[in-house]
Amino acid sequence: MNNLIVLPILIPLLTGAILIFFSKRVMAQRWIATLSSIATIIVSFLIVQKVRSEGIQSLNISSWDAPFGITLVSDMFSSLLVLTTSIIGFVILIYSFKSIGEEREKFYYYAVFNFLLVGVNGAFTTGDIFNLFVFFEVMLMSSYVLLVLGGTKIQLRESIKYLLVNVISSALFVIAVAYLYSVVGTLNMAHVSLRIAEVGQPVIITVIAVLFLVVYGLKGAIFPLYFWMPGSYYAPPIPVLALFGALLTKVGVYSITRTYTLFFYHDAGFTHQLLGILAILSIIVGVIGAIAYWDIKNIVIYNIIVAVGVILYGISVMTPDSLAGSVYYLLHDMIIKAALFLLVGIVIAVTGTSNLKKISGLIKHYPGLAWTFFIAAMALAGIPPLSGFIGKVLIVKGGFEGESYVGAAIVLMSSLLVLFSIMKIFINGFWGEDRSYDVKEKAPVKWLLISPVILVILSALYGLGSEAILPYIYQAAETLSDPSIYIQAVLKE
Amino acid sequence: MEILMAFVVGILFMTATYLMLSKSLLRIIVGTGILSHGAHLLLLTMGGLKRGAAPLLGENAEAYTDPLPQALILTAIVISFGVTAFFLVLAYRAYQELGTDNLEKMRGTEGNE
Amino acid sequence: MRTTNNVILQTSIKILLFFIVLYSVYIFTAGHYYPGGGFIGGLMTAGAIVLLLIAYDIKTVAKILPVNYRILTAVGLIFAIGTSAGALLFNVPFLTHAFGHVVIPVLGDISLHTATLFDLGVYFVVVGVTMTIIQTIGEDE
Repeated sequence: MNNLIVLPILIPLLTGAILIFFSKRVMAQRWIATLSSIATIIVSFLIVQKVRSEGIQSLNISSWDAPFGITLVSDMFSSLLVLTTSIIGFVILIYSFKSIGEEREKFYYYAVFNFLLVGVNGAFTTGDIFNLFVFFEVMLMSSYVLLVLGGTKIQLRESIKYLLVNVISSALFVIAVAYLYSVVGTLNMAHVSLRIAEVGQPVIITVIAVLFLVVYGLKGAIFPLYFWMPGSYYAPPIPVLALFGALLTKVGVYSITRTYTLFFYHDAGFTHQLLGILAILSIIVGVIGAIAYWDIKNIVIYNIIVAVGVILYGISVMTPDSLAGSVYYLLHDMIIKAALFLLVGIVIAVTGTSNLKKISGLIKHYPGLAWTFFIAAMALAGIPPLSGFIGKVLIVKGGFEGESYVGAAIVLMSSLLVLFSIMKIFINGFWGEDRSYDVKEKAPVKWLLISPVILVILSALYGLGSEAILPYIYQAAETLSDPSIYIQAVLKE
Repeated sequence: MEILMAFVVGILFMTATYLMLSKSLLRIIVGTGILSHGAHLLLLTMGGLKRGAAPLLGENAEAYTDPLPQALILTAIVISFGVTAFFLVLAYRAYQELGTDNLEKMRGTEGNE
Repeated sequence: MRTTNNVILQTSIKILLFFIVLYSVYIFTAGHYYPGGGFIGGLMTAGAIVLLLIAYDIKTVAKILPVNYRILTAVGLIFAIGTSAGALLFNVPFLTHAFGHVVIPVLGDISLHTATLFDLGVYFVVVGVTMTIIQTIGEDE
């Protein structure tokens, strides 16, 4: 029993409820949100340290013993994700102060923001498959509100599509849980894993595995289920877009990772190969999209799909190295995607357009912005010693060990093309002739730049300090490759 | 009983799919409502349909019902209630703002720069 | 806006309202051991207010019940979170509840349960959210 692990869920929840009272007082909202977000970072850091020193932490909510009640479980993988989420939440919060606009702030922006973090942290922490569904819904409800907040035409139009896709995927989630429950008769993840291991993996379980892949794939935007993403993510304002791009798809990726390493690892020849093929197709489609578009938002959005593909490819190979690589790359990608979206946001704020053909010569007036963007782009593509490099090396190494040469080669190739797609922004947007833009008010570039700079520094430290961080990553990967550790920690047999 | 339920669920899903493929926003919302009804019924059926006493220690009954599927669908119903309500408000607002409830007219990327 | 004569509805609602609200409170408290509880009780109360909205118009109802439903939702949330987080103070797992029996002269043996406080929070949230949604749609007629 350890009540510490419920705090990253509880603090944002309480904050969100309190913030509703202060809806008209913007400054008070900002202060409360900032303080609570700092508290969440501290708590999640403590959890990581605790998991490091004492192993997996679990909490049987309401004193019902596992597997009968709902259990919260923090292993290294989930606690690292919670820590990263908290940091990103804090950084985007600061960015929002000067970019989201007072109207949205007065309309419960910060409250909903906190509820979204509740959903994300909850989904990472829970050890119960139905509870995962509930936290998904908490997260989705908040994301609907954030997406539509402000109520411009494009937002309303895209929200409807986004909502429809997610309602259907939620129904599929309920159906998948129903099938799983009818076969194994339990919902506790550790217990489900145990029961599936007892019966081997009959065909029906494989069917359920694919159904779960569809559900989480819709959230995580893998091929061919990514179709809703470019449109929907285009609509909201930048801080919300950064939040979605950095966190929401990663929750889908986390859920695939969790279920495919904990439940459905017996018939890897079919399920994991399917996952691997879809991952590689996602990489290819994402790269094509990223190169083809001349809109800076779209370029970064398609890069999400590439990253999801790379991470899931590592999961599908299932060697210790590739799993460690995936964990490492997942954390890296959350940080760097948030940074890139925020930087793109500054470019749009400065120029008033997201069309790359109408932007050039920004480096003369905004050298700080340009070089931050450059480093972020390098990190995204995986240039050593920045953080993208180590993750990709581990994934590719794992791929060769697992004798999946084609996939590993495509992952390597994709780095090059990702670099091209992002350098396209740098070369066309920052170099070239200086031109004037038709912008109504001057953007507070200095303030806005704080957040991406923090993230880029973090990413650099994450890469340079990998010697110190890798033990944590390997601890996370160890739990993923050996489910018995997780099961033992939860059921304590 | 389970067979009958399977057919009912199938019919619900069929209706939902048909409604969701139409162009009118209101029909789509009704469709999503029916879809979640189908999913909830499936969840209840999958938990096993048996009659019996409430699963309490003092009851001393021959058969007990499984309370878990009931708890699950209660949760799922509350969630789908919330989502449907939100969807209705959103559809209404979109209708006011965009002047149409026809999804065909909401296609495309105009408005994106 | 309204042209039809609503005398019957308006008169009967004045009496019915109290019965509906009373019954919803009964359902809420009965939920402790029998079917019922905060969610269904809250929905029923919201239903009563909606009936009032149908009989009169939104301005009149706002005058009768000057409640900000968003604040009500927040109050409900605080209740629910407070009850569940209270367990942290006693160093037992999150959401653990406590209960006991109290003998009160007239009412006799009454069992008290912290889960009821949680349910009260649910009740407020349901009333608040439902009414917020209905007001949002109904406001700009």
